[in-house]
Amino acid sequence: MTEAALEGEQQEEFDSLVSRLGANIRSGNLGPWPVIIALGLVVLVFSQTAQNFFTPANFTNIITQMAGTCLIAYGVVFVLLIGEIDLSVAFVSGVAGVVVAEAQLPTGLNLPWFVCVFLALLATTLIGVFQGSVIALIGVPSFVVTLAGYEIWQGVILRSITQGVIVIQDNKINDFSNYLFSDTAGWIMAAVVTVAYSGGMLASAFEGRRHGVPIRDPQLLALKVIVVPIVSFVTVWILNKDRGVPLGLLLVVGGLVVLTFLAKRTTFGRHVYAVGGNAEAARRAGINVARIRIAVFALAGAMSGLGGIVLAARLNSVDLNAGGGTLLIDAIAAAVIGGTSLFGGRGEVRNALIGATLIATVSNGMFILGYSTGTIFLVTGGILLLAVTFDTVVRRLQVRSGR
Amino acid sequence: MVTEHPLLELRGVSKSFGSVHALNDVDFVARAGEVMALVGDNGAGKSTLIKCIAGIHPMDDGEILYEGQPVSISGPRDAAKLGIEVVYQDLALCDNLDVVQNMFLGRETHDRFQRLKEPPMELKAAQTLASLRVTTIRSTRQTVATLSGGQRQSVAVARAVMWNSRLVILDEPTAALGVAQTEQVLELVNRLAEQGLGVILISHNLHDIFETATWITVLRLGRNAGLFERTKTTQEEVVHAITAGQPTKVSGIAGTQAGTQ
Repeated sequence: MTEAALEGEQQEEFDSLVSRLGANIRSGNLGPWPVIIALGLVVLVFSQTAQNFFTPANFTNIITQMAGTCLIAYGVVFVLLIGEIDLSVAFVSGVAGVVVAEAQLPTGLNLPWFVCVFLALLATTLIGVFQGSVIALIGVPSFVVTLAGYEIWQGVILRSITQGVIVIQDNKINDFSNYLFSDTAGWIMAAVVTVAYSGGMLASAFEGRRHGVPIRDPQLLALKVIVVPIVSFVTVWILNKDRGVPLGLLLVVGGLVVLTFLAKRTTFGRHVYAVGGNAEAARRAGINVARIRIAVFALAGAMSGLGGIVLAARLNSVDLNAGGGTLLIDAIAAAVIGGTSLFGGRGEVRNALIGATLIATVSNGMFILGYSTGTIFLVTGGILLLAVTFDTVVRRLQVRSGR
Repeated sequence: MVTEHPLLELRGVSKSFGSVHALNDVDFVARAGEVMALVGDNGAGKSTLIKCIAGIHPMDDGEILYEGQPVSISGPRDAAKLGIEVVYQDLALCDNLDVVQNMFLGRETHDRFQRLKEPPMELKAAQTLASLRVTTIRSTRQTVATLSGGQRQSVAVARAVMWNSRLVILDEPTAALGVAQTEQVLELVNRLAEQGLGVILISHNLHDIFETATWITVLRLGRNAGLFERTKTTQEEVVHAITAGQPTKVSGIAGTQAGTQ
């Protein structure tokens, strides 16, 4: 590239943030902002109306309530990114709960906790590989395959728990949801997040500059590098006012970091987006589309497994309702409400966290206010409808702003 | 004709989709430094032939010689390894990815841990676009969805030539373009040939072809219907071959290929 061209490109960087924000709004590329604003409003309303909503104890509550759902929703994001759907995630997570509970039974297998967890994750990952293979290699629509999975894994759960409930007595397993870190450990985590995130962002920006790629949106970079540490320290501060950082939150944040890295910084992630954007183009580019699809369903299985363990640990047991109720809808809704497109190719892992937080907050607040389950369903359903409608409209806008 | 082996030679290629014979015993040659135009009416088998060369469709019968050596191309990667790059009519771009991501799709620069190395990719993409004098794309980090038809074509061509390719196949590269952009692309086609690449140009537009092609191969109903040297033929002659040409090659009889009167 010539000097002049470089110069021109750098010129362009300076008017960037504001003009790009404008362009993004016009083309409908709003990112997670609508949901974050909605979440802010919801918190504001409930903190004025619901007693004990805006307290550290309830903050801990919401986090432990949504941790399992959020982990499952991370996997759903990947499935949605390749333009498929997985309706089996909830009962697959239930299978993980059953496996863990059966494996730890002192009167049964009596395996150590890490073996139990490993077996559960292995089982759900293999379920994902199986379903993904049927979808990718044979070409059966994912909707049907995972709908069958929905029934099959529910059947497996019902048949496995003959006694109605299995109590998890291994406290190491129960710690997956209930363990609370000490105040000091919490602060250390916030510090680690700060150093790792800000350090990583700045390092990659300067790495780019060293190669002659100018830093894009320096203001946005600065904003991120400041806001993320503030959020993490405030979160730890609030949680420490209660009983400390729950292990569930660590899993949620750890999952966010690892999976975001996978999606954004690796060839695998790039190919996932490519398959979702234009599978034929991906195939012509030499990407093994079937392998990507299978891997994504395996990942969804693994994340369902992890979520299922957290959910079982929260109740210290698994029963016939494992994986049932609103879990499936909540997990998919979390991904979609957060802004992941159902049409494939658009979305980010963090969407699941934002969506799951919104859903958990709404149902938590409405529960405190004494609304019935029915009313809560009406509201969360409405939010889901709104989010998908929004996505569809945005998509149309983007097509129009293109060619 | 010449003793030197052509870059790419197809002999007796056939391909059926169910009962439809898309290609029937087709011969085809492309040489380095020349533009070989491939023309024919809709359904003549142009796209199918290209997809056989690119490894998208395996051919049922026939052989591919690359620099005189028989090769088998059973997937896009095989074609890429030989230095064959295709720019498809529908461009095969991912709308949700940006320019750099599309140009490196399937061949991302990465380290041992499969971590993407963005800066070198971004620089190389920018250099390639600059070398093709593509100046209309504001940022290589725009998603392709935001580009115009001509810009998308530029990205697709740039992607094809970035890989030290030796044979570039362009499928209707000017179909969706305005006059000025068409001129740019045709200039680009000539430049590719001047740089010593083999170019196969599929087009409906005889004007485009007579501006760039060295040779013109005509297909009709899945068969060879003529091979013309551009300087020794007329548009009328080519049109006649496209619309009413007789097969120039009869199965089992060698040497009936010639074509020009």
